[in-house]
Amino acid sequence: MAGYGHPVPASPPMILANGLVKAFGDFIAVDGIDVEVRQGESFGFLGPNGAGKSSTMRMIGCVSPPTAGTLTVLGMDPRTQGPQIRARLGVVPQRDSLDEELTVEENIWVYGRYFGLPRSVVKERARELLAFAQLTDRARSVVEPLSGGMKRRLTIARALVNTPQILLLDEPTTGLDPQARHALWDRLFRLKREGVTLVVTTHYMDEAEQLCDRLVVMDQGRIVAQGSPRELIDRYSTREVLELRFDSDDHGDHLRSVDGIADRVEVLPDRLLLYTRDGEAAHSEVIRRELEPLSALVRRSTLEDVFLHLTGRTLVD
Amino acid sequence: MTAQLLDTPTARLVPASGGWSSVTEHLLLQYRRVWFGSAISTFLAPLLYLAGMGFGLGMLVDRTAGGIAGVSYVAFLAPGVLAVTALQVAAGETSFPVMGAIKWQRTYYGMIATPLRPREIVVGHQVYVLLRVTMAATVFLGVAAALGTVRSWWALAAVPVTVLGGMAFATCSYAWSARLDNDRGLTLMFRFVVMPMTLFSGTFFPIEQLPGWLQPVAWATPLWHAVDASRALSLGTATAGGILGHVGYLTAWLVAGLVLSVRILQRRLVD
Repeated sequence: MAGYGHPVPASPPMILANGLVKAFGDFIAVDGIDVEVRQGESFGFLGPNGAGKSSTMRMIGCVSPPTAGTLTVLGMDPRTQGPQIRARLGVVPQRDSLDEELTVEENIWVYGRYFGLPRSVVKERARELLAFAQLTDRARSVVEPLSGGMKRRLTIARALVNTPQILLLDEPTTGLDPQARHALWDRLFRLKREGVTLVVTTHYMDEAEQLCDRLVVMDQGRIVAQGSPRELIDRYSTREVLELRFDSDDHGDHLRSVDGIADRVEVLPDRLLLYTRDGEAAHSEVIRRELEPLSALVRRSTLEDVFLHLTGRTLVD
Repeated sequence: MTAQLLDTPTARLVPASGGWSSVTEHLLLQYRRVWFGSAISTFLAPLLYLAGMGFGLGMLVDRTAGGIAGVSYVAFLAPGVLAVTALQVAAGETSFPVMGAIKWQRTYYGMIATPLRPREIVVGHQVYVLLRVTMAATVFLGVAAALGTVRSWWALAAVPVTVLGGMAFATCSYAWSARLDNDRGLTLMFRFVVMPMTLFSGTFFPIEQLPGWLQPVAWATPLWHAVDASRALSLGTATAGGILGHVGYLTAWLVAGLVLSVRILQRRLVD
């Protein structure tokens, strides 16, 4: 693979979708999306559960034929060239599909054999990949008792056995504790540095901010915004947010009292979000008006705020 | 350091498809973990059947009825239980393991994300089952011969025919298991298909003992054909036409089950 780590500017897109639709009966999971993923970039699909991210990933992974629209992956057509495309993809599915009765290294061996790699190669490759996934000392343990974070790292190591040109990660860190998530992100950064094209779905805004060069925000099967995390925040939110929590059942009751303090106010069940360029100034104004919230917090805007602004809903509920 | 992972000699090989044999290989690796227990029970099952039913019950049958069809009960029984053993191993390997690979461990979803196609998954799994069934039938025949219940070299031909019987059921059991959403359907299959078939397909007594209306049901089961062919070969009463008929019928089941399995797994994994 001479191209690794040396992106060629004129290279065709790794993934190109136009008007892509996926319907299951009457239910439209993906409703006409346009996506272009370029070589070496880290591309994200951000959205809540049910937004159509996983359906999109499965179409790209050639295990779900598109209902309408066009899709090319690595310049090929998933409808007719599925096996050829899949030979060059790495897939980390939302739910692990490891063989828990086998050992860590055996899982990589059998997976490498699915790609027709010779036995000797697969064993050598397993050593390299387990070192990468920091699982060398677990190579001979059975998978079943391993922690969620270790299983996830093994799934990623396994997905790299064929040296994929694109790595598809569907909710890679869902269900992991913060420490395990950071360990995993660290591995993904390394892959990115080596020039692997990453495609990530997530409903965690911090994950999207950490991992993605560019992302699309999805909601109800549609793309509602796209850009780099920074661009999206600049475009759809303010620099800072003041979060106010009141001793109150309906935070909507307090809307009137904060009127004029911020550019925009969002009401959540448990707090008010005041969008403003200067959070401290807004906080001072809250104190001057003697509003006495239970708590007040100034923070930077995140993709969560972008999503809230675009859809009126939170990402994780 | 960073160049180590993706720029190694092993990483530069062009991946393709491992085909069905990579699936068989996976299942054999899995089997290696349980082979000892499995080998013991493969060995014990014929011993228990032939000792308990054959010699215990057989003593009564031989004394009161003078055997069955002119041979001792144990000689009548052994080729039938050979076919049942093949059936049970086949059913065991194509029921819970198939559901597990789809619903529980989801290993089939790992496979379908690689160049493997549903067809190759089905074939690879069935080749593994074929190996398992062949092993069980061969061990059975060896034990039966050691116990002195085998009378003809033709009994060797009973192994392939009972293996075919097992596989004819294996493909259908696979298709059924690949369709299910939970394991209730598997319990039903064992209770209302495997168990009655074992009892009423001429294994332990000739189906002529069944009420007249039940006999056609026995003829329809793959197990009866395997039992009848196995017995005819073991007792040296086989005719070419009879064996061909049985083999043809069992092959039809096998092919139908295989076609159905591929279609069902395709629909299950690719949607």
